Amino acid sequence: MVALDLDRQTLFDWLLRLGDNALILGHRTSEWCGHGPALEEDIALANTALDLIGHCQMWYTLAAEVEGKGRTADNLAYLRDAIQFKNVKLVELPNGDIGQTMMREFLFNAFHFELLTALTGSTDPKVSEIAAKAVKEVAYQLDRASDLVVRLGDGTEESHRRMQAALDYLWPYVGEMFLADATDDALAEAGIAPRLTDIQTKWEAIVSDTLDEATLTRPDRRPDVHTGGKQGRHTEHLGYILAEMQFLQRAYPGAEW
Amino acid sequence: MYAQMITSEKSSDDPELLAAFQARIDRGERIEPKEWMPEGYRKTLIRQIGQHAHSEIVGQLPEGNWITRAPTLERKQILLAKVQDEAGHGLYLYSACETLGISRDELFDRLHSGAMKYSSIFNYPTLTWADMGAVGWLVDGAAIMNQVPLQRTSYGPYARAMVRICKEESFHQRQGYTIMMKMAQGTPEQKAMAQDALNRFWYPSLMMFGPSDKDSVHSAQNMAWKIKINTNDELRQRFVNETVPQARYLGLEVPDENLTWNEDKQGWDFSEPDWSEFFAVLKGDGPCNEERLGARRKAWDDGEWFRDGLTAYAEKQAARRKAHAAE
Amino acid sequence: MSKKEWPLWEVFIRGQHGLNHRHVGSLHAPDAEMAINHARDVYTRRKEGVSIWVVPSAQITASSPSEKGALFDPAESKVYRHPTFYDIPDEVGHM
Repeated sequence: MVALDLDRQTLFDWLLRLGDNALILGHRTSEWCGHGPALEEDIALANTALDLIGHCQMWYTLAAEVEGKGRTADNLAYLRDAIQFKNVKLVELPNGDIGQTMMREFLFNAFHFELLTALTGSTDPKVSEIAAKAVKEVAYQLDRASDLVVRLGDGTEESHRRMQAALDYLWPYVGEMFLADATDDALAEAGIAPRLTDIQTKWEAIVSDTLDEATLTRPDRRPDVHTGGKQGRHTEHLGYILAEMQFLQRAYPGAEW
Repeated sequence: MYAQMITSEKSSDDPELLAAFQARIDRGERIEPKEWMPEGYRKTLIRQIGQHAHSEIVGQLPEGNWITRAPTLERKQILLAKVQDEAGHGLYLYSACETLGISRDELFDRLHSGAMKYSSIFNYPTLTWADMGAVGWLVDGAAIMNQVPLQRTSYGPYARAMVRICKEESFHQRQGYTIMMKMAQGTPEQKAMAQDALNRFWYPSLMMFGPSDKDSVHSAQNMAWKIKINTNDELRQRFVNETVPQARYLGLEVPDENLTWNEDKQGWDFSEPDWSEFFAVLKGDGPCNEERLGARRKAWDDGEWFRDGLTAYAEKQAARRKAHAAE
Repeated sequence: MSKKEWPLWEVFIRGQHGLNHRHVGSLHAPDAEMAINHARDVYTRRKEGVSIWVVPSAQITASSPSEKGALFDPAESKVYRHPTFYDIPDEVGHM
């Protein structure tokens, strides 16, 4: 029984990582709504945000079911504090300019796409079902983000400079996505999730092709400087996201909306 | 209504052509982009459709303001989808306007410089979550009053944009009203928020229809051209008649002591909004004019390098293809 | 203002069950590939199974009625093309 409970907790934690990545990146992306650099981009960014929030709902619903304590997806989104959030730090960083936003989307989506693709073959049918739904949308997000990275990298002098700066800024955060801990290992053992080293290899290929085409230089810096988000050790930014996002639920406990 | 106080331009065209043009409109024909039209008709339409388009994209801001604070994941998705629709509607309307021979960038420029206006309603702040309900219910409700008849407007691209917009907007007012229902039936604090939102948005919503124009020459010309279908007073009366029972169903009070049922006209008598406030807001002295226009200008200016970068890439690619083909 | 405005594109979409591509509207994009992406985001909200065409608006040649002739001529000279031209007795039912 102890082992079973432990497994359940591990699976729950791992599902939260998926849900939290989607929610927090969705939140950041939604901040663009009404402020995009062109009407068409404004609409596209809202689509991305809508997709991600949809994904987090699916992962949270499954997480709550696994946990078995009667919590809902909304409870998980709105009533946990920062140390209980398990997203990688990369997704909670501020948007910066539209270049930084698209670079982050690209770096994360390349990981997200490969992870979800692998998860469609998960031994857990509920996980593979959600992954199959989400991967179609993320495939499009990755196409769009990598296309924009190439175009802006190889655009004007200014757009090139901004994209290189964005890449340099985000690079020390990307390593966390592939840093496996006991949770990741346990999930891989069980065949539910892939080994993160396998995902990293595929990610490297996508990133290196795209950066080449974009005429951008891979930063000469460790990619795993800023880690810990998956274990609940976040940047200061997450607290502000949650303060804003959870305000109504916290100020009016138990109210229905 | 998203296009307020549209003054019509005079046309100095051949009277014979003008009469024939008017006859086409009177027969219910649609005017299409490449066809002859009086200069006044064209300029007035640019003003009206442009203002309508600007209102859609400025209208993203007061609601966009609450996307990151929406109280549930589902409410967040609905609100995001709705505000996204507004961007889409702006895009459709700008496209319709562009068929009249003005570019979208030029229209943006006129918005940013203050030469063109947007609806006064979006210069009011959204202070609580109940405002998301009030905006959907009242502001979209008022907009729909105007947009439904405009599906029959004489200018083809404008009418077609309206058809699409009305179809997509059908859920907007309803989602607002369901927020109001939840709030009105919720905790005492929620109900107080709902009443407060109604109090703040009632008169600004009535102002959306613009001051009475029953004696206005501009209005008469625009109605003859069928780019305006009803008078401001007709639409305002229709709006009040529909909204009062909806407010009562919610158990909320319309903030108007003079609201009484008039058996003869089968409609409600109601107080006029404070028109001096309306003109002050239009002139730039509303609570949020600077923020709204500032946000639009910032988005545009900050996006310049992005748009130019993409243009540069497209040009390079075209040149590369050409060079490649020449090899 | 930006140095150069993105060109305007006309968007045609064939829906899942549609037979022909149908004009749905227009948008701005720097080139054809991005116009396709934008069309997908703006006009299909990404439903599967659709086919999108984009055409630079500047490349469209439209018929235009000559200034006077078409303006004065009644539009419905070929009334026989319209179903209401034919009187069918009510007993026949819907046709």
